[in-house]
Amino acid sequence: MLRKVTLLAAALVLVGGPAFAAGKAKEPADIAFSFEGPFGTYDQAQLQRGYKVYREVCAACHSMNLLAFRNLGDRGGPFYDPKYPNANDNPYVKAIAAEAQIDDLDGETGDPVKRPGIPADRFPAPFPNTIAAKASNGGALPPDLSLIAKAREGGPEYVAALLQGYKTPPKGHEPASATLHYNEYFPGNFLAMAAPLAAGKVEFDDGTKSTLKQQSEDVAAFLMWAAEPKMEERKQMGAAVMVFLVLFAGLLYASYRRVWANESH
Amino acid sequence: MADPAAHAATPDGDDPSRRDFIHIAAITAAGVGAGAVAWPFIAQMNPSADTLALASVEYDLTKVEQGMQVTINWRGKPLFIRNRTQAQIDAAVKDDGAAMPDPQPDAERHKDGKAEWLVLIGSCTHLGCVPTVGGGDYGGWFCPCHGSHYDTSGRIRKGPAPKNLVVPEYAFLSDTKVKIG
Amino acid sequence: MSGHSTYQPKSAFTRWIDARLPVGRLVWDSFVDYPTPRNLNYWWTFGGILSLCLGVQIITGVVLAMHYTPSAAGAFNSVEHIMRNVNYGWLIRYIHANGASMFFIAVYLHMFRGLYYGSYKAPREILWLLGCVIYLLMMATAFMGYVLPWGQMSFHGAVVITNLLGAFPIVGETITTLLWGGFAVDEPTLKRFFSLHYLLPFVIAGVVILHIWALHVVGQNNPTGVEPKSKTDTLPFTPYATVKDGFAMSVFLILFATFVFYMPNALGHADNYIPADPLVTPAHIVPEWYFLPFYAILRAVPDKLMGVLAMFGAIGCLFALPWLDTSKVRSMRYRPQAKLYFAIFVVVCAILGLCGAKLPDDPIIPGLWSPLVIDSPLNSFVWLSRFATLYYFAYFLVITPALGLTEKPRPVPETISSPVLPGDSDKKD
Repeated sequence: MLRKVTLLAAALVLVGGPAFAAGKAKEPADIAFSFEGPFGTYDQAQLQRGYKVYREVCAACHSMNLLAFRNLGDRGGPFYDPKYPNANDNPYVKAIAAEAQIDDLDGETGDPVKRPGIPADRFPAPFPNTIAAKASNGGALPPDLSLIAKAREGGPEYVAALLQGYKTPPKGHEPASATLHYNEYFPGNFLAMAAPLAAGKVEFDDGTKSTLKQQSEDVAAFLMWAAEPKMEERKQMGAAVMVFLVLFAGLLYASYRRVWANESH
Repeated sequence: MADPAAHAATPDGDDPSRRDFIHIAAITAAGVGAGAVAWPFIAQMNPSADTLALASVEYDLTKVEQGMQVTINWRGKPLFIRNRTQAQIDAAVKDDGAAMPDPQPDAERHKDGKAEWLVLIGSCTHLGCVPTVGGGDYGGWFCPCHGSHYDTSGRIRKGPAPKNLVVPEYAFLSDTKVKIG
Repeated sequence: MSGHSTYQPKSAFTRWIDARLPVGRLVWDSFVDYPTPRNLNYWWTFGGILSLCLGVQIITGVVLAMHYTPSAAGAFNSVEHIMRNVNYGWLIRYIHANGASMFFIAVYLHMFRGLYYGSYKAPREILWLLGCVIYLLMMATAFMGYVLPWGQMSFHGAVVITNLLGAFPIVGETITTLLWGGFAVDEPTLKRFFSLHYLLPFVIAGVVILHIWALHVVGQNNPTGVEPKSKTDTLPFTPYATVKDGFAMSVFLILFATFVFYMPNALGHADNYIPADPLVTPAHIVPEWYFLPFYAILRAVPDKLMGVLAMFGAIGCLFALPWLDTSKVRSMRYRPQAKLYFAIFVVVCAILGLCGAKLPDDPIIPGLWSPLVIDSPLNSFVWLSRFATLYYFAYFLVITPALGLTEKPRPVPETISSPVLPGDSDKKD
C-alpha cells in the first residue's frame, strides 16, 4: 500500500519538476549533440569551430571571465593534445594566448601596460567594466558567456536556437525601439542583441561549410564545454562508480540473504 | 548507522566456508569503495589547476646589477636571483674542496657559462626562514632565525641547516631572460 | 543503553579500557547486541541511510569550505573555482549539492514511514519530536546552504524567505533587518549564513545522537506496531540489521550516483548559474523541490501574515501529531480507513509540491474554461493548492483525531512472531 502511494507521489513530483514560465517563447528544437547521454563526449573539431565563432564574433561584446587560455588545452577541451598533458606547455594554446594583449603593471614603474598573454591568463574581456559594456551596447549588458549554456533553461539547444531565431516581427509585434530585435526563442521575444551570425561570417579551418546552423550549433557546443569542462571526466568516473556500486549491492544482497537464511521475518 | 563491514562474518550457520566467502567479499568491496572515495578528498588539497598554471615565472635579468640580488615571489616563496661579482665567484670556486655539510662544487650550482647568475630558493634549509643577503662569515647569506651561514654559492658552511640553498629548475630563454619552474 | 549489557571484554586491554571509558560497551550494546524487531521491512532502513547522508554532507561540506570564499564579490567565482580548478572539486560540489536533495528524499520517506506505522505514538513522542527538530534544522541548513553560491536563485530565494518573517506585525521588520545585517540581503547576510551553515550540521548531529538515544530507550517500532514481548520477537542488530541497512544504503547510493554523475543539475535551477544581481529578479522564482509543498501552502493563502502562519502551522502539525492521534492501534496495517486517508495525504503532499512549482494562475488543464471564484479561476493551481492545503490541515486536525475514535480496526496480532492473520496481505512488504 505504502509503496504504491509513494510511487504515485514520486511520479507526480517528477511530472511537476522544475516548471518554467513559458511566456511566448518557442521551445528550442532538439539537437543531437555528441556530448549527450551517459557516454557522450565533446566533439573536438566542433569545439574548435565553436571557439573560432566565439573568438571572431561573440568576444567582440561578451566576456568569458571564468576561462583561461590553458583551459583550451585541458583534457576534453578544443585544443587538447595528448602530447601535452599539461596545457600550459601546449604550443597551440601558447600561441593563442600570446595573440591576446593582457593588462598588467610594469614591474618597475607600476604603470599599466599591455603584454602578450600566457596560458595562465583569463580570456580578456571586451570592456573594462559593466558600465562601459552597457554604454557601448545601447544600455543592455552582454552577459558573460562562461556559464551561459547552464544558466539558460534549454541549455545549448536554446543557445543554438536563439542564434538562428531572428525573424521579422509578425504584424502588431513591432519592437518598441529600434535597438530591440525580434527573436522567436527569447522570453519576451525582444532582445537587444542583433542577429550576430550569418552564413559565411566565420570561415572554418577544417573546411566545414559555414552555414548559420553550423555556426550556431558549433558555438553552442563550445559554450557547453566552457560551462561544464569536466563533463567527460565526470561521466567516465560515473561509469566506474556505477559498475562498482551494482556489484557491491549484489554482494551485500547475497550477504544479506545468507545472514537471514534461517530467520523467518 | 550500520556499518555493513563490521561483524558480518561472526554469526553461526551452516556451510561456513561459502557463507564466509560472501561476507568477506562484501566487506572487502566496502573497504575498496571507502579507499577509492577517500582519494578525491585527499587529492583536493593538492595545488589546484590555476595555482599550477602560475608555477613558472619568467624574469628579465637586465634589472639585476652586478653584485646585487633581487627577490621575487615564486610559488609563494622568495626566489633569489643574484648577479655575482668575479670576486664572489672566485671565493666560491676556491672553497670547492673545503669541508662542508653538503659538499657540491660551485660549477654545479649555476648554468654553464653563466657563473655570475645564481638562482636560489630563498628559504633556509633548516626551518624555512628567509636568509639575509651578504651576511654571515662567508659573505653569502645569513639566516637570522637560527644562525646558518651560507657562502657566495649558497652552500651551507656553518650553523644548523643541513643542506645548501636549493637551486630550482630553471632555464635561460635568452642571455637576459630566465624561466623558473 | 537499556537493560543489562552482554558486553564481554575479551582481552586484558579491553577490560582495562572498559573499566575507564566503556565506549566499546556502548557500541556493542547500541549497534551489535541491540535487539531489533525481526519483522522490520525496508522502510526501516532510512535511519541508516540518513546517517550516511549527514556524514556525506559534513565531509564534503568541510572540504568545500576549504576552497569557498564567503563574500558577495568572491562567492560565485569561488564556487566556479571549485568546479574548474580544484582537484575533484566538481565531484565534491556535485555530491554536496545533490546530497541535500538525497537527504530530503530519505527524510521524507522516513517521516511517511513513521506516520504510516504510528511510530510517533506513546512511548515514542520524544523520539518523534526530536525527529521534527532535526527536520527543522535540516530545512534551515539547506536554505542557508543554497544561498552560498550567490547565484540569482540563491540571492532572490534569500530575499523572499527572509521577507517572510517581515510578515509578523510590529517585530517583523526588526527581525528581518537583524537577520540581514543591513537593509537588504547583502554581504553581512552571506557571511552569517555561511557561518551558520557550517555550524548547524553539527547541531543536527547532536540532536541525531539524542534521537538515537531515545530510540534505544523505547526500542524500535515495527510494521505490526506491537511491542516485542519475548526474545523470539527480536534479532541482534548485528548482523541482521547492519547487513540489511548496508544493502539498502548501497541501492540508495546508486540513485545518488546517478544524479551526481549523469544529471548533476537536474534538481537545481538554471538561474543559479547567473551571478546574483540585486536589481533583477528571475522570471519565475521557486525554492528547491523539498520546500515546494510549504511554498504552495504559503501561496494558497491570500493574506501575507496568514500565509506565513499557515506555512509554519503545517510544520507545527507534525509536532502536535502524537497528541492528535487518538487511535488505540499503532500501525495502519490494521486500520483500513486510516490507510485510505493516509494514501490521500501522501498524494496531497505531492500535489502541493506540484502546485509550488507552478505559477499560481496557471491553469491545471490548459484551455478549460472555469468560473472565477473569489480571486482566481477554479481551474488554476492556486485553487488546487487551496484544496490540498485544506486537506493537509484536515488530515492532522480533524481526520486523525476523529478516526481514532470512530473507526473499527482489524484484529491486531498478539505478538510479532504470531502466525500470519488471515487476509493480512501486507505481511510481506
